[in-house]
Parts: sequence; structure tokens; C-alpha cells
Amino acid sequence: MTALKRHRRLEAIWASEKGFRGWFSTVSHSDLGRMFLFTSFFYFGVAGILAMLIRAQLATPHSAWASEEVYAQLFTMHGTIMMFLFAIPAIEGMAVYLIPKMLGTRDLAYPRLTAYGFWCYAFGGAMMLSSLALGLAPDGGWFMYPPLSGGIHAPGINTDFWLIGITFVEISAICAAVELCVSILKYRAPGMSLDKMPIFAWYILVTALMILTGFPPLILGSILLELERAFGLPFFQADLGGDSLLWQHLFWLFGHPEVYIIFLPAAGILSTVIPVMARTTLLGYGWIVASIVALAFLSFGLWVHHMFTTGIPHMGVAFFSAASTLVAVPTAVQVFAWIGTMWKGRPDLRLPMLHILGFFFTFVIGGLTGVMVAIVPFDWQVHDTAFITAHLHYVLFGGFVFPILAGVYYWLPLVTGCRRFFKLGESAFVLTFLGFHGTFLAMHVLGLLGQRRRIHTYDADAGWTAINLIASIASFIMAIGLALALIDIIIHLFVAVRGKRSPWGAGTLEWATMSPPPSYNFASLPHITSREPYSDTPTLPSDLARGTGYLGDPQGDRRETLMVDIASGRPEALAVYPSNTTLPIRMAAVTGVFFLSLLLKVYWLTPFAVIAVAAFAVRWAWSLGATRDAGPQLIGRDMQVPLAIETEKPPGWWGSAFLLVANATFFGSLLFGYAFLWSIAPGWPPPEWLTFSILEVAIGIGAALAAPVLIRVANARVNASRPATPASAATLGTIVLLAVCLVSLILRAPSPTEHAYGATLLVLGSYGLFHAVLTGIMLAFVIVRMRRGYVSAARSGEPAIARLWVDYTAGAGTLCLLVAHVPAWLT
Amino acid sequence: MSILDPAGPAARDIAALWWVMLTGSVLILALVTVLTALSFRKRAQVPDEARLERTWILGMGLGFSMAVLAALLAYGIATGARLTAPVADAVEVTAEASLEGWTFGYPGDAARGQTADVLHIPAGQDVVVSITTRDVIHSFWVPRLAGKIDAIPGHVNTLTIRADLPGTYQGVSAEYSGPGYLDRRFEVRALDPADWQAFLSGEMP
Repeated sequence: MTALKRHRRLEAIWASEKGFRGWFSTVSHSDLGRMFLFTSFFYFGVAGILAMLIRAQLATPHSAWASEEVYAQLFTMHGTIMMFLFAIPAIEGMAVYLIPKMLGTRDLAYPRLTAYGFWCYAFGGAMMLSSLALGLAPDGGWFMYPPLSGGIHAPGINTDFWLIGITFVEISAICAAVELCVSILKYRAPGMSLDKMPIFAWYILVTALMILTGFPPLILGSILLELERAFGLPFFQADLGGDSLLWQHLFWLFGHPEVYIIFLPAAGILSTVIPVMARTTLLGYGWIVASIVALAFLSFGLWVHHMFTTGIPHMGVAFFSAASTLVAVPTAVQVFAWIGTMWKGRPDLRLPMLHILGFFFTFVIGGLTGVMVAIVPFDWQVHDTAFITAHLHYVLFGGFVFPILAGVYYWLPLVTGCRRFFKLGESAFVLTFLGFHGTFLAMHVLGLLGQRRRIHTYDADAGWTAINLIASIASFIMAIGLALALIDIIIHLFVAVRGKRSPWGAGTLEWATMSPPPSYNFASLPHITSREPYSDTPTLPSDLARGTGYLGDPQGDRRETLMVDIASGRPEALAVYPSNTTLPIRMAAVTGVFFLSLLLKVYWLTPFAVIAVAAFAVRWAWSLGATRDAGPQLIGRDMQVPLAIETEKPPGWWGSAFLLVANATFFGSLLFGYAFLWSIAPGWPPPEWLTFSILEVAIGIGAALAAPVLIRVANARVNASRPATPASAATLGTIVLLAVCLVSLILRAPSPTEHAYGATLLVLGSYGLFHAVLTGIMLAFVIVRMRRGYVSAARSGEPAIARLWVDYTAGAGTLCLLVAHVPAWLT
Repeated sequence: MSILDPAGPAARDIAALWWVMLTGSVLILALVTVLTALSFRKRAQVPDEARLERTWILGMGLGFSMAVLAALLAYGIATGARLTAPVADAVEVTAEASLEGWTFGYPGDAARGQTADVLHIPAGQDVVVSITTRDVIHSFWVPRLAGKIDAIPGHVNTLTIRADLPGTYQGVSAEYSGPGYLDRRFEVRALDPADWQAFLSGEMP
């Protein structure tokens, strides 16, 4: 087969549908990565306009530009859109687009999930945007502190838009995180062991793990607050056993890791681009990997530094102050490794490098003010002033916007295959840089002079007038700079001047294919022996196009790629992807109906939406698998591996495992909330306890202990090619029994609206019950699949996935029953 | 309203902390900028990688940053401990925030009624303010006297303030509390001993 014939053959298999329809049915990571990026930059524009309105309002004292109510919506939505609809999705877009190309493979682990995540983001974002258009946007500040955001003080729909819209959008973050973890660990080019991975993949892997453990506390908080607002469950009301501080803990348990979730991928861009710009390799790869992991751990230990003024005892805040300063160490390691890299090589002042210099200067200032506010007494003064606003913009603009612009300019030639024509980018950078520092350096001073954040105007005699005017003028210069950069990029997309392949001389794999990259990325998958394969083998692109790598001979119309051993990168299995489908967008639409029914309080619709989502999920899973064993597959270079569905741990097993990590964090947050209310909240003990029931506990825990044993019997019988339906049905029976006990717990718990204790028991019981129902559906699915011949000793993956969920549900169900009953029994 | 114009010991300690940190930060920023700029100069030979790793990662990244941070942290914790240490012979007052304004209460309430939006304190004495709220979260902040502390439903937080000299000091609620936030302000009036006694006995409004 010639290279051209191979290209045509692969294009026929991998291409998305042509034209408009292709947008809705594509499952290609290249398409969806670009869609994520386009949409996120659209929201960057929207939030930027809101920022300009804020600065216009503050330019002069007693400005009548925006009313107080409108102003509250402006600053709330500016923060919310920048954080949730710009920063996180932009990172997801970058990672979704680049990761498979950098890892030398053809797509992410779950192409349909990429699409589902994108559509949840698109629909959820539209929901948030419509609130702005209707003038009903959230207005309590982007961190939505109750009681101000509770039903008593904010009865309008504004807050519901935030809680429900953001939760909807977060589905996309969780989907992307699960998918990126599995892709990076299991879907790489053969031979690419962990220590040969491009550094960017390490950053994205750690970021994805942080999303899985950082987002669940916020999702829980949003659900609890919405339950309080919609149904009067008093989680955050002090007079009914709740505590508004619980929200702050849950919010910042998410909110601080969030800062690093945004910063780490940007740092990954820097670690990738700086060595290329300096014509050398990264200094201290191992140290950088260690510092990324250290950052991830430390970032979960410092959420309380957002709460230094809430009256937590000084010994407690001193601990978090230490953690907050300690987190600067791994950041410093990276910054100095980058400077050392520049010393090692010969840096060129090209456009991405300009943005990197912008990053250095801005981010170092942001880091230094960050250390300042980590020092508790200083934070007591500047907390909730313009100083904090200035600090966080230095961190986010310096640590995110400059790096991402460096990345956009760096990878743009890859995405379009063109080179820049009009050189607007340099002027754009200068305006952005000067405008940014003019705005936010000034805001530090305003904070020191006592200007609170979020005030909609100020008195002329406060002494802030001149500085505010300077900040506002500078902010418009920054806006012009950013608009120019955007125009530069748009011109680039439409005014095509063919560029050469790999214009920067980079050594990583994404450049070792055509630009723009074809739908299948690589005509054959490379065998990797070093960290910079393209530098070592300059003929790599043509070698791969000639089919010298793996999977160079497409079989039928299968979309094929390889799964590898996590540590060594040895090929383990051949994965076959589903092709173009509109299933993801339709499933996202019914998910949207679910959230919309909650938002508009048409609760009769909610169960129908849930059933529709479940039906789509079953259809989704049903389309996988096969009814006969295919046996070992030739993958080229004289190697044979089984199909992924004929391994013990098929892709779905890995996805379930990582999803359960997020799920366990959610459950952990719930238990934390229960313990927190119990020990800290005023208004405890509750007026009425749950009455202890030995029957409920014994039957429930007995069932929970039996289920994992029975599912193992079923698994063993599958592996021995013996009928496993009875054992699976028995497992289903124990799960039903567990569900019954949990229903009994919910029904017997004290009234959930009278005290936070009853409300917490209701949520705990419902969590367990939800999992029992979910696992029950899975077991029923597996039983039907067994009867239809989808399961064999070789194709034993589905019962193995069921086992994961049975184990989790049994554990969670047991814990729910214990934490509900043991305190009741003791008191 | 400026925290850099302190009128009491707590605010003065924090202002001093600020000037120390500002000086250090400017020096570090200058260092990093110079080091970055120097990487662009022309060099004859390529330095040895192991040595670069020692200099940049062990020396600067770990050694330098940890030394600076440890010193600063010790200074910060010591300051914080001093500012939160229990004080003897303090005057105790209460502050209750609400969306309608602040209500302040005094020792020996019998003679002295509560005051609205004006807190009276004796100048030159430590005053412990017990702070809570009737509705949403607010924050008690008198920038020239001390840092802020939140007023949280169901909780009582305390803050020690002290004004060196008699005078009037502006205070604000410093946690966003919805419409009307801008005007949620109060005043602290520090009185000399005679006026304070007169105030406590109810002779002064």
C-alpha cells in the first residue's frame, strides 16, 4: 500500500461527516478540541466585555453607568464565566486536541464521551448566558456565600441559574478528566514508558486527577444549596442546625485546587514551549514531575486560606498559612527550572516567547502577593479588598492567559498548516502587557487604601478617584490588545499562507504528521524509544506515512488504536472506536432537559428526563462489545495482541475506576459535611434522633457483605465458561435488599426540613439508594448481555465492570447505614 | 481608610509587615527579571546540565525559596499570635451586624444603652469586640485600627482593637452582602478617659 492509498483508506474510515451535520455527529478529538477552544474563547470575549463594563462603572465616582443590581450581576458573571466557561474548557480543549497527537495515538479513550462532555458544556453555557440576556443572572458574587445566596435572602431564580448551570457544565469537566486520565495512562504509542512521556502529558494527567478530586466538593455544595433553596433542607441555616461555613469549606475545597487546575496545564505549555524556543531540552524533567505531584497534594491542604477572617483559631490558620507558603516551593522549582532551561539553551525572542516573558514578570508578582496574603495578619487587612482582586488577576492572567496565548501562537501553525501573515501579534502583546499592569498594579494600591471589592461606586473624597481612572483607562488598552490578538488569530485562520511542517523545530510527536493533522493523526503508530522522537528521527513523519509503525494496515472500516501497559508502554490490546454518531448530542440534550426541569421547577418532568438519560446510557453501552471471540490481532511489526474487549480490563473498566475516584471524593465530602455540622454548627443536638433499628442495619450490611462475594462467584463462573446468570441474579437480589434498607432509613429519618440532621440523613440515604439503583440496572444489563451471548471467558469485561460498581455500592451503602445508625444508637 | 496610615498597634504591626514584604518582593522580582534577561546574552560554551540542575533547581528552586519562605512564615505567625493573644483588662463590647446596620453593646448595659452604627471605645486601651450577625455574613473592618473579622450567623468571633489617640475612625462591612453593601459602614469613636466614663454612665449620647 502506498502512503497516498493508505491516507485515503484511513480518511474514509476516520473522517467526520462533511459540512454542518458533521459538527453534531463528530467524535473526533481534533474537531471537539477545536470546538471546545472556539467556544471557550467566545466566553472569554463575553466575560471580557463584562469586565470592561465593570471598569467603566468604576472609572469615576458616583457613576450612573450601571445600577447596583446590574453591577452585582456583572461582577458575579465575569468571575463565573471566566472560571467555569473560559478557563477550564480552554484547558480541556487544549488537552483534548493535543494529547493524542503528543502521545502518538489516534484519539482519546472514549470519543463519544468527548462529544457528550462538549455538548453538556455548550448547553450549560447557553443556559448561563441566557440568564445574562434575561437580566436574571446570578448576583451573589462568584463564590455564592449563603445565607446571602439562600432562599430567604435571594428568592429569585438568579442563584438557581448558577447552581444548576454550573453543575451541568461540570459534567463536561468530569467527563474530560476521566477520559484524559485513561488516555494518558493507557492510550500511548508503544514503547512510550511513563518517563518518556512529553512533559505536557504529565501536567494534564495530574490536572485531570485534581479535577476528579477537586470538583466533587463543589458539586455536592451546589446540590445541597439547591436542595435548601428548592425544598427547604436547612444545610446552611444556623437556626436550624446548618452552618453557612459549611458552604465556604466545600466551595474552597474545590476553589483552591481549581487555581492549580487552571495553572498546571498552562505551566505544561510553558514546560513544552520554553525548551523549543531556547533550542534545547527541558532542565530537570524528573524534578518538574515531582513538583507537579507535590503541587497537586499541597493544593488540597490550603483551602482555609480563603477563610482566614472567619474566626478559625489561630493555631488552625497558622497550619494553613504554612501550607500556603509551602505551595510556593514547587512553583519556584518550576520557575527556576524554566529560567535554567533558558540559560542552558539560546532563547529566541519569537512571539510565543514574548508571551512567556509576559508570564514570568506577571506571574512572579502574582506569586509574591500570593505569599503576602498567605501571611495571616496581612490577609486580615486586605481580604475582600481590591488588593485581592489585583492579586488573583496577576495569578490567573499571568499564570493562565499569557501561557495560553503563547500556546495558541505556538500550535497555530500545526492546527492550520499556515504561517502568520500580518504581524499584529507583537503589537497586541505590548498593548495587553502594558494595559494589564496599568490596571492591576493600580488596584493593589486601591486595596491598600481601603477600597472594598464589589462596591459599585465610591465617594469622590475617598481619595481613590485618580487611581481608579488610571486602572480603567489601562483596562481598555488591555482590551484593545486582546482584541488585536483575536483579530490576528482569526486572520491567520482565513488568510492561508502555506507554512512548512514543524516551524519551531520541536521534537515531540504532534509535529510528526501532516499540518493540519489528518483525521486519523498517524498513518501508523510510532515505536518510541526517547522523549523527543521527532528530533532523534527526522524522517519520522514519512516513515509513519509509509506504514512502518503499528496498525499501518487498516482492517475493514474499524477505527483502531493501541492500548499499552501503564508503566512500560508495551502494547497490550487493540482498541476499536465507535464512529460518527449523534448519540452524544442527543444524550446531552436530555441531560439538559433534566437540569432545565430543576431550574424551572417543573418537577413532574424530572423523572422522565432521568429515565431518558438512563435509556440513552444503556443504548450507549449496548452498542459496544461482540457476540463471538475474535482472538489475537496482528498489529504490525510482527506483534499480536487481543482486542480490548477481550481483555480482563476493557476501556470501560478503567473509565469506571476513575469515575469512582471522583464519586468517592463526593461521598467523602458528604461525610465531611455531616461531621462538620455535627461538631461545629450551632443548633445541635437536633430535637429528634433517628430511632435505631437493628433489623435495618443487620439486613442492609448483610446484603452489602454478600453482594461482593456473589459477584465474584459470577465473575469466576464467567471465566470458567460456566453459566453465571444465577450468581449475577443473586447479586442483584442482595443489591435490591440493600436498597430496601436504605429506603427504610430515608422514610424513618426525622423531618428533613426541621433540622439539618434529618436533611443530612435524607441525602446520605439517597446517595446510597441512587447507587443501589444504578448498580441494579448494571447487573440487569449484564444478565441480559450474558443471555444474548455478549459475555464469554474471553469477553469477561462487563461482569468485571459490574464488580467494581457492586463493590463501591456495597461499601458506600454500609457506610451510609453505619453513620446514620451508630450515632443514633450511642445517644 | 488606608491600612498604611495605622492608628493602633494591630494595624501598625500589619503595616510594618507589609513594608517588609514589599521590600523583599521588589528584590526578588528584580532578581528573577535580571536572571531571565541574562539568559538572552551570547555565551561561548554550553554549560553542563548537572551543574545547571544543582544551581537552578536545588539552589534557587528549593534552597532559596524555602529559606525566604521559612523566615517570612515565622515572622507572620509570630505577628498573628501576638495579635490574637488574650489581653488582660480589656474593655469588652459587642457588635451585631445586620442588613439594616450595626448595633453595638457596652459593659454595664443598665446605664448605657446600645448604639447604632457608632462604636465608642476608650482611647489607649485594648478593646475586645465580640462580633456576630442577625442575617447574612458581614465583616467588621476598621482599617486604621486592625484587620477584619467576619460576622457569621450562629457564631461569635472576637477581635482586639486599640486606638492610640482619641478620634474618629471609619469602619465598613467588608463582605459582600447584596444591595446596600456600599453604605454598610460604621464609625469608631475613641474617647479620652473622662469622655469614656461620661459615655458609659449615659451622660453622652
